[in-house]
Amino acid sequence: MNTTVYVPRDSTALAVGADEVADSMVATAAARGIELNLIRNGSRGLFWLEPLVEVATAAGRVGFGPVAPQDVPALFDAGLLQSGAGAPAVSLSHPLALGLIDDISYLKAQQRLTCARIGITDPLSLPDYEAHGGYAGLRRALALAPEAIITEVVESGLRGRGGAAFPAGIKWQTAARAPGAQKYIVCNADEGDSGTFADRLLMESDPFVLIEGMTIAGVAVGATQGYIYVRSEYPHSVVALEAAIATARAAQRLGPDLLGSGKTFELEVRKAAGAYICGEETALLDSLEGKRGVVRVKPPLPAIAGLFGKPTVVNNVVTLATVPIILARGAAYHRDFGMGRSRGTLTVQLAGNIKHGGLFETAFGVTLRDLLFTFGGGSASGRPIKTVQVGGPLGAYVPESQWDMPMDYEEYAKLGAMLGHGGIVVHDDTVDMARMARYAMEFCALESCGKCTPCRIGAVRGVEIMDRIMANEKRPEQITLLQDLCDTMINGSLCAMGGMTPFPVLSALKHYPEDFGAAGAIEPRH
Amino acid sequence: MNVKSDPPQANAVVTDGDPAAIAQAIAAAIERHAQRPGALLPLLHDVQDHLGYLPTGSVAPIAQALNLSRAEVHGVITFYHHFRQQPGGRNVLRVCQAEACQAMGSGALMAHARARLGCAPHGRSDDGVFSLEPVYCLGQCANSPAVMLGERVYARMTAARLDALIAATTEAAAAETT
Repeated sequence: MNTTVYVPRDSTALAVGADEVADSMVATAAARGIELNLIRNGSRGLFWLEPLVEVATAAGRVGFGPVAPQDVPALFDAGLLQSGAGAPAVSLSHPLALGLIDDISYLKAQQRLTCARIGITDPLSLPDYEAHGGYAGLRRALALAPEAIITEVVESGLRGRGGAAFPAGIKWQTAARAPGAQKYIVCNADEGDSGTFADRLLMESDPFVLIEGMTIAGVAVGATQGYIYVRSEYPHSVVALEAAIATARAAQRLGPDLLGSGKTFELEVRKAAGAYICGEETALLDSLEGKRGVVRVKPPLPAIAGLFGKPTVVNNVVTLATVPIILARGAAYHRDFGMGRSRGTLTVQLAGNIKHGGLFETAFGVTLRDLLFTFGGGSASGRPIKTVQVGGPLGAYVPESQWDMPMDYEEYAKLGAMLGHGGIVVHDDTVDMARMARYAMEFCALESCGKCTPCRIGAVRGVEIMDRIMANEKRPEQITLLQDLCDTMINGSLCAMGGMTPFPVLSALKHYPEDFGAAGAIEPRH
Repeated sequence: MNVKSDPPQANAVVTDGDPAAIAQAIAAAIERHAQRPGALLPLLHDVQDHLGYLPTGSVAPIAQALNLSRAEVHGVITFYHHFRQQPGGRNVLRVCQAEACQAMGSGALMAHARARLGCAPHGRSDDGVFSLEPVYCLGQCANSPAVMLGERVYARMTAARLDALIAATTEAAAAETT
């Protein structure tokens, strides 16, 4: 019996030894004269279990993890490969056995729309992609008028998942109506926020879904060229995307005659060069044009005058990768998930000091407490969780008193926090919040594009003030000064870099004043 | 059967400071990219991937080929953290210092790397085998702390695993030069 075994190939699995596990599988099978059908799938996003080896059985795929290369012979001895021959009971008694993958509660509790295929398919297999619903969205889109495609996206309630949460359909509409023979679709894959990896996971585990989403966007707004701007820190994403693009082109899913429709869409990957600010859409466009990544003044909106001055849709990876299922299943299907004005699902990324870190895609409205404890299993260190930074380096630190708020764009805005890209970084009680506030300012100083003064100079002054607070030099005066500085940065900066760096600083000061000096000595104004 | 994950290739250094070889590598990169829209970043990546850095002498020919001023090209090179103007060690070790990794001890890991390699961040080890760089997020935030050596990423890093990685790399470098 030729058993099918899956060993993931996404960079998280590789970073913890998946290639070595795959090598060991092949070597062990060869030594025992066993034929193995080894598939390098994407990751399920259950990162604490990586490398997560799966075996196909009549009842479904069973999992083992985290598997080290030296575990492989013992797994073979325990009957790993017999799982497929109707005797799973043997292998299921192994300490690394996880049972049926679909029954793992962390996965079962999720609502995977955008990430429906990750970990299930071979990321670079087009037949696999199509067997799991791929390209149904583009086929439907090609049968619709461009305006009807945009209407679907508008009615789905899809908002930009990169952080700004701007309605995607409205952006598309603006670009579609803007005059111009040449228009562009740009995918922002400059996922620089710490605690976020959903873009990377999608690009490496299901690259075709992003390609299909961008192609639909191109058909809808009349753009014939797309660019994916990927961080240089993600070399595996670049390789996966380039391979998938070549396959799609050879199969008429890209190029001059999309699925025989006569419509054209070309796609190219561009590598960034390690500047955080290029995740800001206008800085990204300057970078794509070959310039320093400096933020542009808006208006004009990129949808009207974007890349090379032409109408351009700039969307994040998760946003574009959600488009195919909206077209395939209809706007209502997507809209029916979520709460309030936050429709669909949020790709939560559980990161930092968390026991069960990984991707958790679920409808808007879930609470942090559920994510941290019901699914995340508490801190990795076993110590109490002190704070959680939501939404990346520009997101607020959320204290325990707010962990029961539903995760929704508007509810979080009321707290002075933001969901951003859905990254959640957990810190245990050893964290010093004054140090984290200083780091926020330091990071801003390092990554500011330098165009506007509050950000460029303010961040440097912020580090100096934090140094004085931490050294207990005129602490009360310095805290007043810090609050004034934050006020200037919030109200005087051109983009979110300078405008939101104060969020982690002020939330740390407000909720953890004891880390900034004696309790009661500080009365935050925000 | 697709067994290998085809990891990206590490940077290939083709010259040992030979000016003619450097000039040739720059000219070849210009030839490959000059006609592309927004050519400058792909071109700079190409040169750095081949030479390991962007020599001072690369600015003028690139500026001329793209019809830019030398100041513009210099401005772009110095704006992006990825580009370097001096040759680095043969292997760039990037240790993530962003929040998720901080929450899992990346500060101590960086301190360990500094002591082990005998150089500060942005510096080069005495044997020339390593450059040490901070990096802000490798997207491995659920398995922190993470480091990157060349184009390979390692997660759930410990001081002991880092030592083993450094030792293996040093050994491979020694074998290469003998």
